[in-house]
Amino acid sequence: MNVFGLYNYWIVIFLMMTGFYVVISSGNLVKKIVGLSLFQASVFILYISLGKITGGTVPILREGITLYSNPLPHVLILTAIVVGVSTTALGLALVVRIKEAYDTVEEDEIHQQDESL
Amino acid sequence: MRDNPVLRVVTKIIVPVIFLFALYVQFHGDYGPGGGFQAGVIFAAGLILYGLIFGTESIRCLISTRFLRALIAAGLLLFASVGFLPLLMGRNYLDYDALGQNPLSGQHLGIFLVELGVGITVAAVMVTIFVAFAGRRDS
Amino acid sequence: MVEAVNIVLLGLLVITAVAAIRLHDLFAVVMLFGIYSLLAATVFVVLDAVDVAFTEAAVGVGISTILMLTTLGLVGRWERRPVHRPFLPLLVVVVTGAALIYGTLDMPHFGDPDAPVHQHVAPRYLEQSPDEIGIPNVVTGVLASYRGYDTLGELTVIFTAGVGVLALLGIRRRRQDEATRER
Repeated sequence: MNVFGLYNYWIVIFLMMTGFYVVISSGNLVKKIVGLSLFQASVFILYISLGKITGGTVPILREGITLYSNPLPHVLILTAIVVGVSTTALGLALVVRIKEAYDTVEEDEIHQQDESL
Repeated sequence: MRDNPVLRVVTKIIVPVIFLFALYVQFHGDYGPGGGFQAGVIFAAGLILYGLIFGTESIRCLISTRFLRALIAAGLLLFASVGFLPLLMGRNYLDYDALGQNPLSGQHLGIFLVELGVGITVAAVMVTIFVAFAGRRDS
Repeated sequence: MVEAVNIVLLGLLVITAVAAIRLHDLFAVVMLFGIYSLLAATVFVVLDAVDVAFTEAAVGVGISTILMLTTLGLVGRWERRPVHRPFLPLLVVVVTGAALIYGTLDMPHFGDPDAPVHQHVAPRYLEQSPDEIGIPNVVTGVLASYRGYDTLGELTVIFTAGVGVLALLGIRRRRQDEATRER
């Protein structure tokens, strides 16, 4: 099995796991959201690298070009990027309201305040 | 940042260029990279830069918040309405072929209007979100 | 050539991501996220996805970073030192990563023209697009015409995000309005 053609995907999987690690291990809510955005960006890299064809070019039709890279992942990831920023904006708005309600954005302190009610 | 003369002058020179570039990206999305989303975000970035340097109130002097809220809905309404017109002519929803004399010109018009709606809503939403976040400290 | 540029960019991405884990100054973490988005946009250009690179540079570096910075201004800049040991998250991450790598062993090689994803719909879009739509940018044609429903749904998601942030945070009225109201 020729693994030389797959190293791209493995590096991107490492990036995804980095973002995932930030989400599940950090206690600060803002850092969690930053980690989630890192995770999303690396997923986009994975999808776009699936659409690349060696020797192909940008999928804008021009004279004399026969091989174009696949435009379908580009369309899906375009949608995903914008949905990702919408989610980030809403998450950050929630964090601001949590800060105003609990006076902290650390997960442990929020749980402590909830349990002591 | 209003007191810094370098930032003030450079912003006043660059913000119109950013708006012009946003319009270029919006309407040349058919012939090169670009389209509604990119243009909306670039337009919002120009307004946000202006708001960062001159204060959030200055964005409100340029565009009132009620007009921004109307714009958020107007873009989506434009997109949905462009989809409804073929229904009135007996075709499918969002079938752009019915909008012009021949299918190609219908597609051109449909894509133009749809990207315009996308650009309007994205720009208005990004500016609204920024103004909502930036104005929070004073409350 | 493409492989060399790819390796360098991916290496920089790895360095940025690992640094974002280790730092506790959230301002630096957000700036590293901006750098990460810009590097990802460069990777997209190398992979022939210019529309996506445009959007990622504008949205990831512009809007996302500025929103995170305004949030930091409202909630505070420093992360408290974590009290939990990182053993369990590391275990979960390693197991998930191993499962994903095991999944990639069945995938087609990078850049393979015979991959299944290039066989069904994409050649039809590329070949029929000049006759049916007639605009050179195939991505815009697919986005606005062939997959117009998806774009309508995406626009609704952005609209919902705007409405949601307005409902959560609201826009502060000017003090003059409040003064005239109270009279």
